[in-house]
Amino acid sequence: MSLYRDEGVVLRTQKLGEADRIITLLTRRTGLVRAVGKGVRRTKSRFGARLEPFTHVDLQLHAGRSLDVVTQADTLRAYGEPLATDYPRFTAGTAMLETAERLVAVEKEPALRQFLLLIGGLRTLGERDHDARLVLDAFFLRSLSVAGYPPALDACAGCGRPEQRRWFSVQSGGLMCAQCRPPGAASPAAETVTLMIALLRGDWEVADASEHRHRSECSGLVAAYLQWHLEHSIRSLRLVERT
Amino acid sequence: MYEGAVANLIDELGRLPGIGPKSAQRIAFHLLSSDSADVQRLVGALVEVKERVRFCAICGNVSEEAECRICRDERRNPAVICVVEEPKDVVAIEKTREFRGRYHVLGGAISPIEGVGPEELRIRELMARLADGGITELIIATDPNLEGEATATYLARLVKPMGLKVTRLASGLPVGGDLEYADEVTLGRAFEGRRLLDV
Ligand SMILES: [Zn+2]
Ligand SMILES: [Zn+2]
Repeated sequence: MSLYRDEGVVLRTQKLGEADRIITLLTRRTGLVRAVGKGVRRTKSRFGARLEPFTHVDLQLHAGRSLDVVTQADTLRAYGEPLATDYPRFTAGTAMLETAERLVAVEKEPALRQFLLLIGGLRTLGERDHDARLVLDAFFLRSLSVAGYPPALDACAGCGRPEQRRWFSVQSGGLMCAQCRPPGAASPAAETVTLMIALLRGDWEVADASEHRHRSECSGLVAAYLQWHLEHSIRSLRLVERT
Repeated sequence: MYEGAVANLIDELGRLPGIGPKSAQRIAFHLLSSDSADVQRLVGALVEVKERVRFCAICGNVSEEAECRICRDERRNPAVICVVEEPKDVVAIEKTREFRGRYHVLGGAISPIEGVGPEELRIRELMARLADGGITELIIATDPNLEGEATATYLARLVKPMGLKVTRLASGLPVGGDLEYADEVTLGRAFEGRRLLDV
């Protein structure tokens, strides 16, 4: 049994016993960690507020045989604060947390890039400069890329040629040309494809200027692509609202 | 590890909230070594609670009648409704003796990650009560944590067109805790210092 220190974002908490919680975190160095927060549900707890979902904390943990125990926690940034008072942003943020946990999946395997994406996504969401669903879709596209499932957007996922990629196939991994497309491939508007590329690259000028119908179409394709690569569906996605 | 009846009992006990496998085992062996009469009394209490107790048709609190004691009490102010997550929160607030209105029990908080959305809570019932008129203030006393806060935000936005006063217990209640653990003085003070929710 030993002490270790890390920083991480609280993804999820579950009640344990009378007053404890199991805290699931995505940490900078250790990756996914599940640890017990003792007594955190009592209103006098020193940790209570710091070990809430969305909070970026500096942690000291005691490595246990099954679960680690949080022995110290200090808030670095409470990303949840601006989200709790804005329901569409709260639901979008929750979908980010759930997706990060599902994509990392394995405990204690470093996932630095996913950690950085999550922090960036939550910060952008809280700043309210961009539509919540756009921020969420950008997070999904980049997280999938980091997890090893980058959607083919610059060239046909089948033959690799950049011309005529007018169809989108979830199963085939992205955009496709007329020769390669499988039956049932979607045919999104050119503006939708432009938006998807902008979101993946972080080109907010293009993304912010997009029209509502193209954002809707983009969200639908991104959600389908995300679900295809995860074994189970993202539960919180059902509750995400359009702003 | 154990067979038949003992394994069954440990299994059933382990399904209870807050009871892990070790506690389940401890309780099972405690019951095994208890007097028959004691165990019979426990069985009786379990059967009775399922037979007699139900949920109030108006507010959703636990009740032995179709409508609970608080909803039937004519001395309570019908113009103010306090929204809580669980029946145990009603008990905690009643202890403060600060609140003389009526309650509405949601049955939890919005928790997208657990698959709990507005439809899984008693929000439609709340809207029906508000639509009946006569209510001037809605006090939202969901837990002082993120999900409780988000639920309050959702409710405030939903009832905004109805033009009633929406307030939120906040001051003095530490974030992250369960309402049921707040002491009476703190909870009482939180009622007096409730703030307007503006969305
Ligand atoms: Zn092709
Ligand atoms: Zn009632």
